[in-house]
Amino acid sequence: MNVRLYVWQRATAALMVPLAAVHLAVIFYATRQGFSAAEILARTRGSVAWGTYYALFVAAVSIHAAIGVRNVLAEWSPLSERRAGRLAIAFGVLLAALGFRAVAAVVL
Amino acid sequence: MPELPAELAVSLWRGGAQGRYETYRVPRRDSQTVLDVVTYVQRHIDPTLSYRFACRVGMCGSCAMTVNGRPRWTCRTHVAKVAGSGTLEIGPLENLPVIKDLATDMAPFFEKWRQAKGAFAPSRTRTDPMPRIRPDSPARIAADAAIECINCGVCYAACDTVRWNADYLGPAALNRTWTLVNDERDAGNAARLQAVAAAGGCHACHSHQSCQEHCPLSLNPTASIAGLKRRTALAYLKGELKP
Amino acid sequence: MTIARHLKHRTGTLWLAALVHRLSGLALAIFLPLHFLALGLAVGDAARLDGFLRWTDQPLVKLSEVLLVFLLTVHLLGGLRVLVIENFDWRDGQKQLATLAATVSALVALFFLVRVF
Repeated sequence: MNVRLYVWQRATAALMVPLAAVHLAVIFYATRQGFSAAEILARTRGSVAWGTYYALFVAAVSIHAAIGVRNVLAEWSPLSERRAGRLAIAFGVLLAALGFRAVAAVVL
Repeated sequence: MPELPAELAVSLWRGGAQGRYETYRVPRRDSQTVLDVVTYVQRHIDPTLSYRFACRVGMCGSCAMTVNGRPRWTCRTHVAKVAGSGTLEIGPLENLPVIKDLATDMAPFFEKWRQAKGAFAPSRTRTDPMPRIRPDSPARIAADAAIECINCGVCYAACDTVRWNADYLGPAALNRTWTLVNDERDAGNAARLQAVAAAGGCHACHSHQSCQEHCPLSLNPTASIAGLKRRTALAYLKGELKP
Repeated sequence: MTIARHLKHRTGTLWLAALVHRLSGLALAIFLPLHFLALGLAVGDAARLDGFLRWTDQPLVKLSEVLLVFLLTVHLLGGLRVLVIENFDWRDGQKQLATLAATVSALVALFFLVRVF
């Protein structure tokens, strides 16, 4: 972990504090209401607000989780830092790809 | 506190990196310290035991060893406090190469101190006027809070991140660097921040605080390292660092 | 030296807090791709997502959701504690703060459990 990775990881962490808090609130609300898929999608489809919010969340978590995984691999597995870094990037790309696809699925 | 038996069963690490614990029977004495116990074994039972000490009074940090799993100064550890049911397990400090028995090679510890640029870089000559340092300036207060480190290695031995990350400079080296970063007379901060902003520098710290918990002088390297994180992040964002 | 010897002094509150933070992060990292795949079921029509949502009505799945709420909250609050350490002046009482974070997370998860069952 160097200063560049640190800044990115902490910045995305700080950004996600309110994003995750909102997400928890949404989870509580939606499960209480017992929404069906149609009811969820009625709220998210065509919504610029939800689209922006979740796209931002996906971007932030992809970066944050990738750097976190990199640290864990470098410290707890026999992999070198470079190998760990490459695996982590692959993981981050996977998260981003699946995440943006999910956002598109519920917003478009 | 339950009475300790008249004799202690003491397990001492014998050998180098490969070795084993051997048990010795040591008579219990009042106000006995762990260093007294180790010394008794070497003088009365097995003269081939290797261990390190100097002042015996908690000033030099030379006698640091692992006692029942925790790194501590053996001269300042009363047997009554740690011997539980009359047993003691004493090994060399962790995270350092073992020379023999209870003595470790401190060279890697001091090498990382050098790598962290933990040495004062003068900014004036003897012909320049002396700088006036206010003891109550925020920078001097920050430096003074961390300055008493005598490099005993206990924090380094306690640190999990040191154990997991061979490149990590460690709490003592980074704590020392923090005192110099806050020293108004020092001129080496550009190189210093560069050194601790690299891989293995201050950002590797996970704030476990094991260093602070075990430091015999109650210093707080976690706080010093947090300060370094702030300084380096700011320098990086301002474009002064090349990671 | 065996692992047991290494773990002897790792019983402190803050070491445990760091371990919980790391393990919760790992668990969330493993969960996320599955979460995104499930949401991706909404591509096209709502029927496949509905089928999935009905599957999540099972008690075992609901319990996993409670666990996930705990993991997210404890990772968030623990991370917040570290962010404060790293960006503001030092404050003592980190053990208490870490315990508070874990307690609040457990309460949030409990609250979710009660609402969802």
